[in-house]
Amino acid sequence: MSALDLWSMAFVFLLAAFVGFQVIQNVSRLLHTPLMSLTNAISAIAVVGSILLAGEQHSTFSTVLGTIAVAASVTNIVSGFLITDRMLKMFRERSPRA
Amino acid sequence: MSAQLHLIQASYLAAAALFIMSLRWLSGPKTARRGVAAGAAGMALAIFGTLVDPNIQGYTWIAIAFVVGTAIGVPLSKVPLTAVPQRTALSHAFGGLAAGLVGTAKYFLWLDEGTLTGFRMGAIIVEVILGYLTLTGSLMAAGKLQEIIPTRPITYQGQNVVNLGLLAIAIASGIYLVIDPTIWQLFPVIILLSLIFGVLLIVPIGGADMPTVISLLNSYAGLAAVAMGFVLENKVLIVAGALDGASGLILSIIMCRAMNRSFTNVLFGAFGQVQAAAAGGEARTAKSGTARDASDLLGNAGTVVIVPGYGMAVAQAQHRVREIYDQLTKRGVDVKFAIHPVAGRMPGHMNVLLAEAEVPYDALIEMDDINRDLPQTDVVLVVGANDVVNPAARTDPKSPIYGMPIIDADKAKYVIANKRSMNPGFAGIDNDLYYADNTLMVFGDAKAVLGDIVKALSGESGH
Repeated sequence: MSALDLWSMAFVFLLAAFVGFQVIQNVSRLLHTPLMSLTNAISAIAVVGSILLAGEQHSTFSTVLGTIAVAASVTNIVSGFLITDRMLKMFRERSPRA
Repeated sequence: MSAQLHLIQASYLAAAALFIMSLRWLSGPKTARRGVAAGAAGMALAIFGTLVDPNIQGYTWIAIAFVVGTAIGVPLSKVPLTAVPQRTALSHAFGGLAAGLVGTAKYFLWLDEGTLTGFRMGAIIVEVILGYLTLTGSLMAAGKLQEIIPTRPITYQGQNVVNLGLLAIAIASGIYLVIDPTIWQLFPVIILLSLIFGVLLIVPIGGADMPTVISLLNSYAGLAAVAMGFVLENKVLIVAGALDGASGLILSIIMCRAMNRSFTNVLFGAFGQVQAAAAGGEARTAKSGTARDASDLLGNAGTVVIVPGYGMAVAQAQHRVREIYDQLTKRGVDVKFAIHPVAGRMPGHMNVLLAEAEVPYDALIEMDDINRDLPQTDVVLVVGANDVVNPAARTDPKSPIYGMPIIDADKAKYVIANKRSMNPGFAGIDNDLYYADNTLMVFGDAKAVLGDIVKALSGESGH
């Protein structure tokens, strides 16, 4: 990896952190619990690194650790998106008759 | 660069855009579900992009892991909403575990290959320390929330010195490894120290501080994912981790402000230590009444504000609260809910419970907004909340909660407070609100008492 790669990753991190602060400050306080479960599901994108580790099969050790990491990440993806949607479905406005 | 690699990178780029849109759409309840769909679509894209990677030799283990993860994930998404804080803590633990394991595997792979550069080593150390401490810290938090582990803060002399000492040794070992990555014996030491540090970090933290701690662990899990992105040189991981880390940090700051405390105070100054200062004082009597008295007050009010707290969640009383809301609304009473940011065990906990009980979200009002209305409010009904309505936070500089922003329930014309008994709340702090002349205490289990109030209200609705 060249030094430029390192710097371009640092730039990506910097910009993503700023975007994150902006976007998340606009999230309604009503939805802070779903926010946490949604960001948790999204950060389970760690699954891509785990898939490569489990699939490249360099050694038994790395394949086993990779497989456990895939299982942990998939757990977060599945439960995170499902429970966030389940919670959000419950948020209803006052019905017009009231 | 082959066409396949372009395809993989393009899928990651699209995933990153979808993740950002996902959180943007979460800004309000009307677009929020679209946000979930965008996030899931981004995830699916990135996974498919990865699966076509030519470096993958076999799919058996990946498939097994997907089956196992789905088998655990589906039931975890169906837990009762009162258990959402525990589930969230568990998911932070899984995130930490994945980061820790990937970092560990990469260290030994690259050690064999002889490709451990200083940069790679540094990123792995950060990933591993954050990953493993998030794992055990979150498991401890989940255990406390599930009440498998005692929820009282456990403190001892020199606790902070021990904790920080352990972390310092782990970091020092890490720096040593960056200088010379071949001393592999140091690596398990770092793992072990991080695991122990995670446990010790949560031991002194009590239930009332859980919203802050869960948010902090959220942030650590995100930063562990960022470090993993640096290790694997994967930009979508850096973006997603940064979003998660930023979210956790913002929530932690909001929670700390809502308790008028600093990060260091939450992490290193257990709430339990301040109890002694609050004890003492002469015995006072509170006015107590029946559910019928309470329903008379509520039924004749023009405006009612309900203040829910963790006690409502414990008693599963949110559906009774909704019935009171319905009965009063039917009579033309204006009913609102006052939501304190740290009510419950995680950010937004009360909103989700009340939404589950089908209370419309436009009746849920944030603390600062409702405080403007409270001096003109006829009746405040406090259900399972305590410290967040304690006027000592405004008036008594000696009180451990002095300076914490509270819901000004005491400024309403009448207050009805439901509690199991006169025992002080979590923080062990006496609450003057209960002894005020305009306060009526209704003792008993929240679900039962509120049920009686509903019955009394619906019985009277004839006239």
